[in-house]
Amino acid sequence: MTSGHPAPGIVPPTGRIEVRAVSQRFGDTLALDDVSFTIEPNRITGLLGRTGSGKTTLLSVMAAFRRPESGTVLIDGEPLWENPDLTSQIAFIREGGDTVDTSEKVSEAFRYAAWMRPNWNADYAARLADTFRLPTKQKINKLSRGQRSALGIVLGLAARTPITIFDETYLGLDAPSRYAFIDAVLADYMDEPRTFMLSTHLIEEMAALFESVLILDRGKVLAHRDTEDLLGEGVSITGPADRVDAFTTGMRVIGRRSLGRTASAMVLAALPSGQRREAEAAGLDLAPIALQDLFVHLTGGAPLVSPEPPSTEDRP
Amino acid sequence: MFDERSPIYRQIAEQITNDIVRGTLQEDEQIMSTTQYAAFYRINPATAAKAFQQLVDDGILYKRRGIGMFVTPGARDHLLAGRRERFFAEVVEPMVHEARIIGIPLAEIIRRLETADGAPSSGASRAGGAS
Repeated sequence: MTSGHPAPGIVPPTGRIEVRAVSQRFGDTLALDDVSFTIEPNRITGLLGRTGSGKTTLLSVMAAFRRPESGTVLIDGEPLWENPDLTSQIAFIREGGDTVDTSEKVSEAFRYAAWMRPNWNADYAARLADTFRLPTKQKINKLSRGQRSALGIVLGLAARTPITIFDETYLGLDAPSRYAFIDAVLADYMDEPRTFMLSTHLIEEMAALFESVLILDRGKVLAHRDTEDLLGEGVSITGPADRVDAFTTGMRVIGRRSLGRTASAMVLAALPSGQRREAEAAGLDLAPIALQDLFVHLTGGAPLVSPEPPSTEDRP
Repeated sequence: MFDERSPIYRQIAEQITNDIVRGTLQEDEQIMSTTQYAAFYRINPATAAKAFQQLVDDGILYKRRGIGMFVTPGARDHLLAGRRERFFAEVVEPMVHEARIIGIPLAEIIRRLETADGAPSSGASRAGGAS
């Protein structure tokens, strides 16, 4: 496989992550079930999954915060576990904004990061702290939830590590700060392309940031695709129920709703333009599906309210 | 800014072609870089690059190594020709079809179009429906 970016003359990329057959059990729960995938370097990947799907466990394994029960993680082909040369290259920021000692001041957390991270950029950290209105003289345990999130973001971005992983770090942020976060990630990524992995439930807001998405469901990889390719395949087809069903027969239907005689089916299919015209001629409306809706349907759909559960077997 | 349900790169490509058709972007004019697009629209630069690539493939833009993307000479005429074709197929024909279904005579449509276009059908603007 080649890198996602056709950038000739760039130094050999670091930040290629290979997750190989990783499994992790907690009691009776299989949190990660034989998970394998490769993250190409210098990409921003969104990690999506419902609560309890295994996102945090997976990210902890990818950052060597946790040794998986079985399986391995390789960075640029080298095993990650107990490899300080590699672990120092990964910044992993969890929801609360990771810090070791919360009785310290923010500025001391920065000093510690500068000592730990070879590429730490103090000027950049100061600018970011300013953007996010982070009081650097404040003690960490006196910060609000939003400020803790902001601290995590500054620590994550200014570390300038080849691999940066944010696990829902932005949950505590208000809307302006979330926009500032997206802007900061983008600007920093374009300034210094590197591997970003971000888990989020705020799919609509973050979708445009992701070059690819990895959808985790019940500990398994449900999809790992270029975002735009995935979006290009999602189509909702609305019209008279019988025609909708006839048209979607044999397609991968991930959701179906009906209102009287009208039905709307969501399918995953790369429809050629001929087939699109055919559908429109038959009085069907074709529309794209937002990433968040695709995600909801791929991971089991919203709780069912319709009395007739969708099933592909009993279609006419 | 975008219809979030549609692939963004297609919308960007559409915006650029619109600008070329309207003359906002001139032939041989440089367009904003992927970086500028990405920052402005808060999108991944690869998405912007994909839009540009599609337009390069279509011959609408051309690349100058290390400098950027430019509008191909003749791109506007090329786009206009395509849009004219699309206009009849996607606007006129469905309209005629719909008019036939609901029983609007062609002459009435023509009168209406002339009025809308400011053509000299002055006094007849209310003609047709009034009784």
